[in-house]
Amino acid sequence: MQTQTTATAIDTKAKRKYSGMPRSRRIMQNLTFWIPVVIFALLITCAIFAHFIAPYPFDKMDMVNRWAPPGTPGHLLGTDTLGRDILSRVIYGAQTSLAVSLLVVAITAGFGTALGILSGYLGGNVDSVIMRITDIALSFPGMLMAILLAVSLGPGFMTVVFALSILGWAGYTRLVRGEALRIRNSDFVAQARVAGASSWRIMLVHIFPNIVNPLIVIMTMAVGMMILAESGMSYLGIGIPPPRPSWGNMVSDGRAYLSPPQSAWWISVFPGICIGLVVMSGNFLGDWVRDKMDPRLRQL
Amino acid sequence: MSNIVLQVEDLHTSFFTRMGEVKAVDGVSFFVRESETFGIVGESGCGKSVTGLSIMRLLPEPGGRVTGGKVILEGKNILELNKKMMRAYRGKMVSMILQDPMQSLNPVYQIGDQIAESVRLHQDLPENMVEPEVISALRLLRIPAPESRINEYPFQLSGGMRQRVVGAIAMSCRPRLLIADEPTTALDATIQAQYIALFEDIQAKTNVAIIFITHDFAVISRICDRVGVMYAGKIVETAPTREIFKAPRHPYTSALIQSVPRLDRKDERLFSIEGQPPSMMHLPAGCRFSPRCTVSMDICKEQEPPEIKLTEDHSVSCWRVK
Amino acid sequence: MPEVLLEGRDIVKHYPVTRGLLQHNVGWVRAVDGVSFKLEQGQTLSLVGESGAGKTTIAKAILLLETMTSGSIIFQGKDLYKMSPAQIKSEYRPLVQYVQQNPYSSMNPRMRARDIVAEPLVCNTKLSKKELYTKVAELLNKVGIGSESMVRYPHEFSGGQRQRIAVARALALNPNLMVLDEPVSALDVSIRAQIMNLLKDLQAEKNLSYMVIAHNLATVRYMSHTVAIMYLGQLVEFGETEKLFEQPLHPYTRALISASQLTLPEDAGTITQQIILTGEMPSPMNPPPGCRFHTRCSEAREICSKEVPVMRQIGTQQVMCHNFD
Repeated sequence: MQTQTTATAIDTKAKRKYSGMPRSRRIMQNLTFWIPVVIFALLITCAIFAHFIAPYPFDKMDMVNRWAPPGTPGHLLGTDTLGRDILSRVIYGAQTSLAVSLLVVAITAGFGTALGILSGYLGGNVDSVIMRITDIALSFPGMLMAILLAVSLGPGFMTVVFALSILGWAGYTRLVRGEALRIRNSDFVAQARVAGASSWRIMLVHIFPNIVNPLIVIMTMAVGMMILAESGMSYLGIGIPPPRPSWGNMVSDGRAYLSPPQSAWWISVFPGICIGLVVMSGNFLGDWVRDKMDPRLRQL
Repeated sequence: MSNIVLQVEDLHTSFFTRMGEVKAVDGVSFFVRESETFGIVGESGCGKSVTGLSIMRLLPEPGGRVTGGKVILEGKNILELNKKMMRAYRGKMVSMILQDPMQSLNPVYQIGDQIAESVRLHQDLPENMVEPEVISALRLLRIPAPESRINEYPFQLSGGMRQRVVGAIAMSCRPRLLIADEPTTALDATIQAQYIALFEDIQAKTNVAIIFITHDFAVISRICDRVGVMYAGKIVETAPTREIFKAPRHPYTSALIQSVPRLDRKDERLFSIEGQPPSMMHLPAGCRFSPRCTVSMDICKEQEPPEIKLTEDHSVSCWRVK
Repeated sequence: MPEVLLEGRDIVKHYPVTRGLLQHNVGWVRAVDGVSFKLEQGQTLSLVGESGAGKTTIAKAILLLETMTSGSIIFQGKDLYKMSPAQIKSEYRPLVQYVQQNPYSSMNPRMRARDIVAEPLVCNTKLSKKELYTKVAELLNKVGIGSESMVRYPHEFSGGQRQRIAVARALALNPNLMVLDEPVSALDVSIRAQIMNLLKDLQAEKNLSYMVIAHNLATVRYMSHTVAIMYLGQLVEFGETEKLFEQPLHPYTRALISASQLTLPEDAGTITQQIILTGEMPSPMNPPPGCRFHTRCSEAREICSKEVPVMRQIGTQQVMCHNFD
């Protein structure tokens, strides 16, 4: 019965819970999903219910309690140079940052995808023209454009959105064009042509649904990136104008008070942490979505 | 009767997936003699490739694992070797050729280097003796002008040539056993004929035992001495080639042969087997072929048939065979 | 006398090869170099050849997925290249459909089976959704797929089932001609017979014509009425299936048959000797002079490397070989 013993011996070592993956790795995979989800959930809650969650209005000044450190009664995260509550401003800031980011991602992804599909599928002169415009947009320095726009249009919410959108679509176009080219040469598109489908039908019904996957990955990460970009603009002073808080302009405000005598690090650090957490979550979530959509892993 | 080079006893290989254990190879036994070609024929999903990979211990990780049985190569159970010892075995004692040469060859290295890699790993030769070995491997595979070929890259070669280079790598250390997994499926018919004739020649020269995994019966008829027919993870019949074609005893074997169109005569209507191979997750009770079998009996749906040895070389697993 | 449905006359397709910064032309891939054929209604013509022979190129030319360099394709007496795009859409496309080799990539993975089969109808008719899906259910039943599977996605079906769905899609507009590009080579052996039988039944029922691209000679023998053997862009032999297989004339045909048949030890002597060709198919960029096959032909003579042989009629077969001058 030599075979029997050998069989059992190898067998028990081989049996795992359900998957070939060790338990620690599965936990890590789950964490990379849940932590970002929780953070984004918090972000969205703050954005929608800011009015109800924030302890104070974002512009309520309290000149007596300027530069109050975190833990001061009534001000969990402290106050800024005008005595405004940092926690409340962070919550309202979430609203602003998320609004800008979602709007920009929607505009850039929508416009960029449409151009990319047209360019990739139609080819020829259409492709050349669109690609050259895309190249220009990609090589144009974003910050410079933002500054130019801010100067000519004046600072404001829509200026920021416009500044981030006017060049931001180009990355999507480039990506989508590549995918559209690949799909254009696929067998099922050949079938559609043989069936007599029009170009519009092919682009809408065949090409677009098949590029949605990589697009979602990029968009997930872009939300975080756009918050960062908006923060950058605000930091430079060409972003959301006061008194409305955005994480970027809060970081900027706190610059002057980092060193003694105020040493009010909390004015910049807390919004900074928020920016970092959201960008990181966006990246993790994007990675998770990409892994989930990997067809090889899907089959096993 | 020449020596037995490989003896596979009750091999079990499973893949552990999120949805459960897939028993890709479920109790497979066969042997291969020196200078003999053993064919494993079956459809996709039957486990023939997994059998080959299990013998080489090259199952994809995570998930794939040999869960039982023995693989005895020249007297030693290679399933018991540790990773280091197995690496010494692979390439030297047992070697493998896969279906797609572009997957086996590294596109950024010259082919001479790729063959030399195997030589350096397994043979203790001084550096100046490596190149002659490489050239001799290329000559064995009848690659013309080997001295200049060693500096070429895979993309410069045609499909048939690439597959010969893969063969040269596999044979460079003159292994005792060669496992060929559908090596000719991607080749054109006339190139395939060349390649098979070449391997018959190589086998005569080096006495290598060959396991030839395929689904093409014409190829089986040409190169294989004995054949094992696999279905849903088990071997249902093992027999010399001639008997598989002229006197198959298992209903699946005979159904399969009847469903393949013949070139030597006009078929009025092809026999087609009803249904499709079972999902390895939901295997039927009893004999795995019973749902599609035209001659199944009650017992077939209840119990798996035992393997019956008709002669030294012919075994069947079917309740209809006594 | 069945009418000629499709005729190809001297089809030539050359692909330019460019190199360098300015993309100047350095040569031509002569994928198809003067191929003519006829296909009658209700019959199957198989184009047989190895990779690089040019058969897929011809299929694509017929389906207007590629434009020819020269030559003409006549369908029901009309020259395709003289038809306007509107005429092509209304008079040609609905009558000529396509079943591809790979049942996995020939379907949009994001469309349900019923929408995949409905697409030709959606593009060419104005049926309501209900009417569409009724017709789709009919078509799927005809190919052996139950209508309860209509809402499933391609990845939920097996290879054989997907190929059936592809056939259903091709039947949707009641075509006269189906171009089948290696319709069974990607399928399991036991499923191939099912699909081949289905295709034959449909042909008998609807008087369909098939143009089959294949490299497996046994499949070709089972399915075709006429066979055209291609080598390096040219037609080397053409004739009725049975006659061609019983008496192959061209040396390449004989080599192909030899390479594809079962060879059991005791059959030696009763079947044609094994013919193993030397070398490989030359590049279509540089076809050999004279007869393109002479570099691999065991019967080649001096004339073969100098003069291009002419297509000759021997009985019901046509062959292009100096052996028959």
